[in-house]
Amino acid sequence: MSDLFTATFVAALVSGGILAGMPLLFAALGETISERAGVLNIGLEGMMLMGGYGGFVVALYTNYWLGLAGGIGAGALAAVIMLVFCVRLGLDQIVVGIALLVTAEGITSVLQRAQFGTTYPRLGAVPNIEIPLLSKIPALGTSLFSQPLIVYIGLALVVLVHWILRSTSMGLNLRAAGEKPQALDVAGVSVLATRSVAVMITGALAGLGGAYMSIVGAGIFVPFMTHGAGFISIVIAMLARGRAAWVLIGAMLFGMSVSFSTALQLVGVSVPQDVVNMLPFVVVMIALIIFARRSYLPAALGAPYVRGSR
Amino acid sequence: MTESALSHEIKARDLSPGRDRWSGALRSTAQGIGPILLGLIAGGILLIVIGRNPITFYGHILERGLFSWGGLQDSLTRMAPLLFMAAGLIVAFRANIWNIGGDGQFLLAAAIVSGFGPSIIGAYPGGLGLVILCVMAAVTGGLWTVVPAVLKAFYGLNEVITSLMMTFVGVNLANLLIKGPFRSQSTNVPQTDIIPSENLLPDIFGSRIHVGIIAALVAVVIVHYVMTRTSFGLRLNVLGANPRAAVHVGIDVRRLTIVAFMISGAFIGLAAGIEILGVWGYVRADWNPNFGLTLFALVFLARLNALATIPLVGFYAVISMGGHYAARKADLPDDFMLMVVGLILLFMTLTEYFVARRARRPAAPDTSPTVAHDASPIAALDLSPTGSLETGGGHE
Repeated sequence: MSDLFTATFVAALVSGGILAGMPLLFAALGETISERAGVLNIGLEGMMLMGGYGGFVVALYTNYWLGLAGGIGAGALAAVIMLVFCVRLGLDQIVVGIALLVTAEGITSVLQRAQFGTTYPRLGAVPNIEIPLLSKIPALGTSLFSQPLIVYIGLALVVLVHWILRSTSMGLNLRAAGEKPQALDVAGVSVLATRSVAVMITGALAGLGGAYMSIVGAGIFVPFMTHGAGFISIVIAMLARGRAAWVLIGAMLFGMSVSFSTALQLVGVSVPQDVVNMLPFVVVMIALIIFARRSYLPAALGAPYVRGSR
Repeated sequence: MTESALSHEIKARDLSPGRDRWSGALRSTAQGIGPILLGLIAGGILLIVIGRNPITFYGHILERGLFSWGGLQDSLTRMAPLLFMAAGLIVAFRANIWNIGGDGQFLLAAAIVSGFGPSIIGAYPGGLGLVILCVMAAVTGGLWTVVPAVLKAFYGLNEVITSLMMTFVGVNLANLLIKGPFRSQSTNVPQTDIIPSENLLPDIFGSRIHVGIIAALVAVVIVHYVMTRTSFGLRLNVLGANPRAAVHVGIDVRRLTIVAFMISGAFIGLAAGIEILGVWGYVRADWNPNFGLTLFALVFLARLNALATIPLVGFYAVISMGGHYAARKADLPDDFMLMVVGLILLFMTLTEYFVARRARRPAAPDTSPTVAHDASPIAALDLSPTGSLETGGGHE
């Protein structure tokens, strides 16, 4: 086992962790905003799938930036349903979330087959941006500092979300909508509008995460390819308790748990594929069991806001 | 308020015997038809968009799933596991426990039953082996819910998330078992040894339908009886409608949550046992019929009424057996049915909204507390009989 911590292994672990962790980061940032505002977005996985498919198709016919934008659009489209059903009409967020997931799973699979038959066209590799000097650090330099531009944008988003939630009036409104919507209403800010904005941002970010998966990560779209990433993102958001920096740490840790087995295979330890698939979920469950007491959710999470009701 | 006082209150309003039994089931069925039609129409529109003929497509479904003797037998056979699963989901959902992880419970139980099946049936011939295997399936399914159940009961962790995580673990664990210790030596395909078909559940009167469907119907009726007529069912309903009220009437909420979760898992495990012992006799690696989320939709469509799930499960059995054929003919994946089910569920929530709004308008002006703010998500949809606790007679 002495070669476990060789440069190859660590590099594979880190670069694989970033590759698998970025979609989680985008989606979990979105879910953080949504949960802060009091909307439990169980449909996150469905929004990621929509973004993955929409982004892939756009990228296939145009380029990778428009593809990512297409993913954002597709995710936001799914979020419109969540907005109308859950925020405006006050319908049950869990039922609508599951319905969105099931519909998205079916529709992306059907469209994929109708469009491409049983072929899976592949996109070209996305160019990496090398940060001068830093990318020359031995072992870790290339995996950390030679990444597609969207990875750096993702890191910037962490800072942006942190700043918005912490230091802007919009962030204050979002948090009030989740903790005490009545207070926000009394202050003259529309709870429904605030939550609507949150849901749309969530859909856009989840769509971006899905598009990252299909365009940057895999280069192809396969039905059901998110494989629970949306739900892992919800867990990350829950455990991060609304703090953007912890979302980043969580996403990278879970990303590395995905890449851990791949990295093991690189150094010659063979792991059954089922263990590879299972590992991230085992890690999530262990994290939930350990931190169960400390996960925190806003007071009004999941409850539709009806003015005048108590 | 003591438990008996509250129970009289609820019984008087909502669970009055006789009246609710059949009219409730009928009303639920009727209100299910609208969303189903809308879902099928929306699916048809998508079929036109991608250049398929919806008339031909739906025609194939009916032809294969309903109007041929072989297909009808297949559909009826398919109902057995689905009904068991529906029974399990109802027990949990009534108590406001969202057991979404049915697929993991199902597949693990299937792996256990097919892994131990050949040797147990060899050791205990006759019906005894089958009974032992069914018990093992139920225990497996029940045990797989323990972690989410305890996390919910003691730490209030959202069981939608935890039971789903356990599903991903369970599905892969089942595959590991099938490819590892349970793997058959007699074939190159990763699968378990096959239980000879003469040792499987017997068929009914020379048809291809095994007796599991009868057991499933009995199970659904029992669940309906327990949920509407017994104090255990009442406690589950109270827990589902308002957990704080449940504490106040002296219900051990933690224990009841864990028990209900495990019963739910046990039924889902039984569903797997019946499907393996009735139809397959073995499990192949990576087999996953994905019943869980579909059943979620059907059970909601039935407004958590066990009897009302019977026609809806029948409907779904037809479109899933027929849909497999129709999808192959149209060169589409089976997931088309999944999409239709999702759309039906979306339309159903809309239907519920408009029905509830119309029912509320004449009796209750805007200022009265509305169902939408009820503590229970199920009650918010006004699906459970206890959901009208707060609105009182406003619906009548």
